[in-house]
Amino acid sequence: MNVAIVKYNAGNIQSVLFALDRIGVNAEVTDDIVKIQQADKVIFPGVGEASSAMRYLKERKLDEVIRELKQPVLGICLGMQLLCKHSEENDTPCLGIVPVNIKKFPGDKALKVPQIGWNNIYDLRSPLFKEIPQNSYIYNVHGYYAQDSQYTIAKCEYGIVYAAAVSKDNFYGVQFHAEKSAVVGESILKNFIAL
Amino acid sequence: MLTKRIIPCLDIKDGRTVKGTNFVALRDAGDPVELGALYTKQGADELVFLDITATVEKRKTLAELVRRIAKHVNIPFTVGGGISSVADVNALLENGADKISVNTAAFKNPQLITELANEFGSQCVVLAIDTRQEEDGEWYVYLNGGRTKTDSKAKDWARQGVELGAGEILLTSMNHDGTKQGFALDITRYMVENLPVPVIASGGGGKMEHFKDVFERTNVDAALAASIFHFNEISIPDLKDYLLANNIPVRKQ
Repeated sequence: MNVAIVKYNAGNIQSVLFALDRIGVNAEVTDDIVKIQQADKVIFPGVGEASSAMRYLKERKLDEVIRELKQPVLGICLGMQLLCKHSEENDTPCLGIVPVNIKKFPGDKALKVPQIGWNNIYDLRSPLFKEIPQNSYIYNVHGYYAQDSQYTIAKCEYGIVYAAAVSKDNFYGVQFHAEKSAVVGESILKNFIAL
Repeated sequence: MLTKRIIPCLDIKDGRTVKGTNFVALRDAGDPVELGALYTKQGADELVFLDITATVEKRKTLAELVRRIAKHVNIPFTVGGGISSVADVNALLENGADKISVNTAAFKNPQLITELANEFGSQCVVLAIDTRQEEDGEWYVYLNGGRTKTDSKAKDWARQGVELGAGEILLTSMNHDGTKQGFALDITRYMVENLPVPVIASGGGGKMEHFKDVFERTNVDAALAASIFHFNEISIPDLKDYLLANNIPVRKQ
């Protein structure tokens, strides 16, 4: 099994590497186009800001490379948002692979933005969530969310119902930090590797 | 529903936990990695490691320790203590820390908060504030682990810190810390109601009722404690069962 983690100007990549290590998977963090293209699985992580991440990907032609991938691809957090169509974060056109828009949480006194902490996911429908019980808790840190749509494969609620995970064809995206979501997160990563 | 977080805090000196623990399950009560992993297994929602090592030389071992923690702990963790530059933070995050907390250095150089938020994002910058209520009724900021009083009010500093880019406030009431008489409800409530970012209550948690009180009577996001967990006076699974029975949303695995 050859797993590539896309290296770009977004944080938290190390945590994904450690999480894979804990489930016995060796992965390589790389921005080498050929290595990414030839990997069995590609993970596209990220913590950061949408427009600067998109600019970085475009400068290195990684945007085109990611769009053309045929093997299973997992976007995490910002990585998931970048797989979508457009983000309200600095009005950024994203990769457009999953036709869903990314919105900012409205926020109020009771619901702080970003959402930080453990929330439950439900309406799970994807092999990504094989044997994951409904209402399992996952760890979130995000101020923007993917709108619920036909591409939703897991829902979550924070003031509104949003897509905690999306998928289209060989592309999967989770808003939450699977790499930091304890045993549940590790099971989701294992499921992805087993796709 | 977003749940309330329970956060054990471990004090680290020269790579070892101080104060010790009385867990029979541990081979080595001083190893922060082993203790962190145990809390994780018990259902802690997050961990905080505070490094109180004095010398710069010994602090280099911190990055190595963080790396070992990151390899063994599958929940988020914050590292704090003596952080004063972008380079300090970079070393910790590169080794797998999820957030860092700043205290004295940020007070002396508030621009540090903005630099860190710009470089790494607000979500990983926790502003730790140690505060004491004085006879005039006001809450003042203390520095250097509570040894140095300032003339600044905690309410003002917290607001300024958030404006500068802090993504979370770790509020420790020195009046309550170590007393096991309950958390500081009034100042915690004020912070929660007046800041747009999550607040972690710290200091005073001694009984399970205290955690229920702080979550029921303020809308605080998380509660942190140290010795009661280390000495197994309260176990995390029992605490969570108790909170759930009192209709406070917490994560059960």
